[in-house]
Amino acid sequence: MAAVTTTPRQKAGWGSANVAVIALALIPVLWMVSLSFKTPAAVLDPSFIPASWTWGNYDQILSTSQFIRPLINSIGIGLIATLVAVALASMAAYAVARLRFPGKSVLIGMALLIAIFPQIALVTPLFNIERSLGLFNTWPGLIIPYIAFGLPLGIYTLSAFFREIPWELEKAAKVDGATPFQAFIRVIAPLAAPGMVTTAILVFLACWNDFLFAISFTSTISSRTAPAAMEYFSGSSQFTVPTGPIAAAAVVITIPIIIFVLFFQRRIVAGLTSGAVKG
Amino acid sequence: MAEIVLDHITKRFPDGSLAVNDFNLDIADGEFVILVGPSGCGKSTTLNMIAGLEDITSGELRIGGQVVNNKSPKDRDIAMVFQSYALYPHMTVRQNMGFALKLAKTPQNVINEKVEEAARILDLTQHLDRKPANLSGGQRQRVAMGRAIVRDPAAFLMDEPLSNLDAKLRVQTRTEVSRLQRRLGTTMVYVTHDQTEALTLGDRVAVMRSGVVQQAASPKELYDRPLNLFVAGFIGSPAMNFLSGTLEEGILRTSLGDFRLSNQMRREVERSGTGRDVIVGLRPENFEDAALVSPDNRQYGITFRAKIDVYESLGSDVFVYFTRELGRGVNSAELEELAQDAGRADSGGTGETIAARLDAATRIGEGQDAELWVDARPMHIFDPASGRNLSLVSDDGAAISIQAAPDRTDAGEPQAPAPDAAGSSGAEAVPGQAGPPGEAT
Repeated sequence: MAAVTTTPRQKAGWGSANVAVIALALIPVLWMVSLSFKTPAAVLDPSFIPASWTWGNYDQILSTSQFIRPLINSIGIGLIATLVAVALASMAAYAVARLRFPGKSVLIGMALLIAIFPQIALVTPLFNIERSLGLFNTWPGLIIPYIAFGLPLGIYTLSAFFREIPWELEKAAKVDGATPFQAFIRVIAPLAAPGMVTTAILVFLACWNDFLFAISFTSTISSRTAPAAMEYFSGSSQFTVPTGPIAAAAVVITIPIIIFVLFFQRRIVAGLTSGAVKG
Repeated sequence: MAEIVLDHITKRFPDGSLAVNDFNLDIADGEFVILVGPSGCGKSTTLNMIAGLEDITSGELRIGGQVVNNKSPKDRDIAMVFQSYALYPHMTVRQNMGFALKLAKTPQNVINEKVEEAARILDLTQHLDRKPANLSGGQRQRVAMGRAIVRDPAAFLMDEPLSNLDAKLRVQTRTEVSRLQRRLGTTMVYVTHDQTEALTLGDRVAVMRSGVVQQAASPKELYDRPLNLFVAGFIGSPAMNFLSGTLEEGILRTSLGDFRLSNQMRREVERSGTGRDVIVGLRPENFEDAALVSPDNRQYGITFRAKIDVYESLGSDVFVYFTRELGRGVNSAELEELAQDAGRADSGGTGETIAARLDAATRIGEGQDAELWVDARPMHIFDPASGRNLSLVSDDGAAISIQAAPDRTDAGEPQAPAPDAAGSSGAEAVPGQAGPPGEAT
């Protein structure tokens, strides 16, 4: 980097371009934060900084089960879906990375197909299936589709990690007396742990951010997740738009993401680019 | 402790390629057997089949009298050291070495005892709680060995265990491996592509080429009595020199000079129906500075002149290299494969470099037109078509199967270069080279 010489002009040019991009991305977020601190009366006030700051919106959403319960649903459904998806994906990815079996390329193709399939096209059939199976408006009703869509992502990410683990380690474990399952659990899995954490984060983010399935397959707060619940916030009267509480709820569900990304930035990038450079 | 029997073992990969073809070897209990050969010769595949990491296509593998073809690696009671060591990076040295015992549900105090004992033998005691990433190459190699020995297995399998070490450490570790094997007395099968390792370590060495065992014998036997061109060229460093030769009425004409074959040798070669063209093999140490050869010994070989291209002194020995015309005949598949393995590109020229090891007392220098003597007694004669060593047919040793041609000349006669004699002898004349002195014909 040091070898590249940049003129002050270039620096200024790149700097302003960066600022513009960041501003474009960040202003709506800051606007949301600003809104969440405004009083209901000031919601339509065009000034960026609230004239009078209030915690009222937060008090309102955090004191009602209309938001707390969905928040718990979001966390619970997200965690369960993530754990199951990563456990299944790691086994599938191990097979994809290590074994030669008939139909392997079909399997990989199918996984990719699921990942790129437009989810909206599946909402109606899934809705009918879930209704007839009694899964509608239950945790499993969301967990199962989340696992289904988390698996391709997990298989792709994890198989890239597994490929980087030397095969000889597994041979060594086998010669040391391990069954294939023991070799996987005691040698391969611990080495793939960083990959599993990465995959877990990616899958969890996908579940956490999902709105489409959450709004389609739930009808009450017993299983509705936070993004969907915000849709059902009501104002103080029928004619008031609950802008403040929605903004506050949006801030609340964004905070975990920000923390996640700050802590696991490197892992997430590693997961998204895994296999891109090495191997 | 167990013997390992490979009975007509064959490995054919799903794509149809034949990796190991009809491998037969009886490895005695406590024996140290080396599988050696150029890369791709099937030696590692063979080892993996013994370990159970590769399926056996046909044939029978017995360890300790039991057929283990269909047993998984864990039920074969063997330990393996891998080329990459394959240490578990997330475990400490202690955990690495104890892993097999732990899987076998050995009590923890027994594990500790055995690991510490192995660590003591391998001088790893102070590293027991470190992770492999924090160890040097040599230490990692020893941990890999330690992981094998704590188990006290029926046999050790080693897959090029020293090839990742630098040259100096490799020699050191080689000695350690040898000492360890003697001490433990466990059957060991060791794969390497390095013929020096093979010769120094093994009780018995199996030389492989293209999935077929060429010869399995003691290192000395391989060196002195190679069964074919491939073994002859593979074993020995620098490698054996090969020259084309033509048989005429019991005289073997080569670009170095003419040799007279003994009657017995002549009969054997004629009986083999080889025809006139043969390949002659001479090891570098068969050459000597003519000035240093006692007159009594001269009669056993021939003297010739050569221009020394390269002179290398190792202190104890001197290596000189000179070029001889290749002539026709010295191109066999086996020699080509050897050349490829050694990284020598096909020069395409007409000259073949010949290496000669001389006594350090020699006064020959680079660029000099020197007089050299070559001992004909250990000479090997190969059939270019089959690669078979024709000079081995008599069982009483190669050394006496050949008689040097100038046996009727006066040993005291000065070996004057006689270009006219060379011309008249009808051998392929090589510029700048002495004719066969004293050739009687």
